[in-house]
Amino acid sequence: MAQTAKRDYNLLGPSSEAAIAGGLAAAEWYHTEVDRKQMKALMQRSDGPAIRDTVIWLGSMLVLAAGGIYFWGSWWAVPFFLGYGVLYGSASDSRWHECGHGTAFKTRWMNNVVYQIACFMIMRNPVTWRWSHARHHTDTVIVGRDPEIAVMRPPDLFRVILNFFGILDAGYAMLDMVRNAAGIVTPEEKSFIPEIEHAKVIRVARIWLAIYLVIIALSLWMGSILPLMLIGLPRLYGAWHHVLTGLLQHGGLADNVTDHRLNSRSVLMNPISRFIYWNMNYHVEHHMFPMIPYHALPQLHALIKHDLPAPNRSILDGYREMVPAFLRQLRNEDYFLKRELPATAKPYREELHNGVAAA
Amino acid sequence: MTEWIEACGAGDVDEEDVIRFDHEGRVYAIYRSPEDRYFATDGLCTHEQISLADGLVMDDIIECPKHNGRFNYKTGEAKGAPVCVNLRTYPVRVEGGMVFIEV
Repeated sequence: MAQTAKRDYNLLGPSSEAAIAGGLAAAEWYHTEVDRKQMKALMQRSDGPAIRDTVIWLGSMLVLAAGGIYFWGSWWAVPFFLGYGVLYGSASDSRWHECGHGTAFKTRWMNNVVYQIACFMIMRNPVTWRWSHARHHTDTVIVGRDPEIAVMRPPDLFRVILNFFGILDAGYAMLDMVRNAAGIVTPEEKSFIPEIEHAKVIRVARIWLAIYLVIIALSLWMGSILPLMLIGLPRLYGAWHHVLTGLLQHGGLADNVTDHRLNSRSVLMNPISRFIYWNMNYHVEHHMFPMIPYHALPQLHALIKHDLPAPNRSILDGYREMVPAFLRQLRNEDYFLKRELPATAKPYREELHNGVAAA
Repeated sequence: MTEWIEACGAGDVDEEDVIRFDHEGRVYAIYRSPEDRYFATDGLCTHEQISLADGLVMDDIIECPKHNGRFNYKTGEAKGAPVCVNLRTYPVRVEGGMVFIEV
């Protein structure tokens, strides 16, 4: 349908009603055809890769934290905290995400333990975000339906830049935590969290609030921000990598479509970023087949790339494409990038998306 | 009033797998467990009506392909968020190499 009115991202507003009326809510999405046996093989769960990565992740954090504490008070502490911060404030984003899907580990309790730890680090209530992410997958970048649209149109680039340092996101997360801890679940939250889960939202918020109060009290008692440098503040000074990679997921691409090839972006990345990001750079593939574990996404990419737009060659290449699109959206919020499909791909279903203004 | 209907051939479902069966406007899922027993449930996830036949069977669990909601396909029990409502299950019998379900 044609975009005529200004976008309203409120989950209870007119855009939400229009999406439901227009059949964009809980719609059937395009999927590349994959042989069932191949798909079954890719879906198989395994504990090995995630145990290895989790040992490296948490082990590195322990070593870096020890170095930061040892050198505290000197400039030598800076590189330790820079590394620790990225593992705390960015790697937790992908761990939260993968374990939330339940695909990282084969063993259920391992998924749940890492999910809880990562949610705490990234400051996302594990109950609220499980449900918001389910909605994100149902209604990916559908205006008024998707609660996880990182860059709304027209883009607020100042906000985007601040979030490289977690400034607004973490601030809102703390406010949400205090509000939830006070027993308040907003109407927007209620729009995607079932009532039976509200008590869990509140309970987690109260536990987290107690932990943060202890850390703040410890900092005051010690007369040092060191405890907060280890718990809490890394969500700010280590956020940059998850924002750097996360913006590429959907930034500058189409909204209100039902084909992930139009609204999601895959980007080839260096191995360090892929470790921190747990292969979510294969984002079209992840949205099309969310049950594929992160460690199998490169194989899935190889299997279906004939049907997808070519991935960006690097993070820099992705930004060279995305940033000009953001700038054009400042003048025309209906603008978006429509990537070319290879000759081997099934074409976009123009009958479903023909009202969306193409780039 | 229930009736037994022929759903598929026993060999149509791989071990530890699931297939979809449509009958009179309803969608069913037919499972073959790792111990070579057959089960049947409603075919659409109770969360958002996604076909479970595209999901993953692990032991006695079927996982929805869209949001990874998990059910015990032998009992229909929803195993936690984002699925809260149990799946309906159906009696199954295998005769002459065919799988029948009672609906």
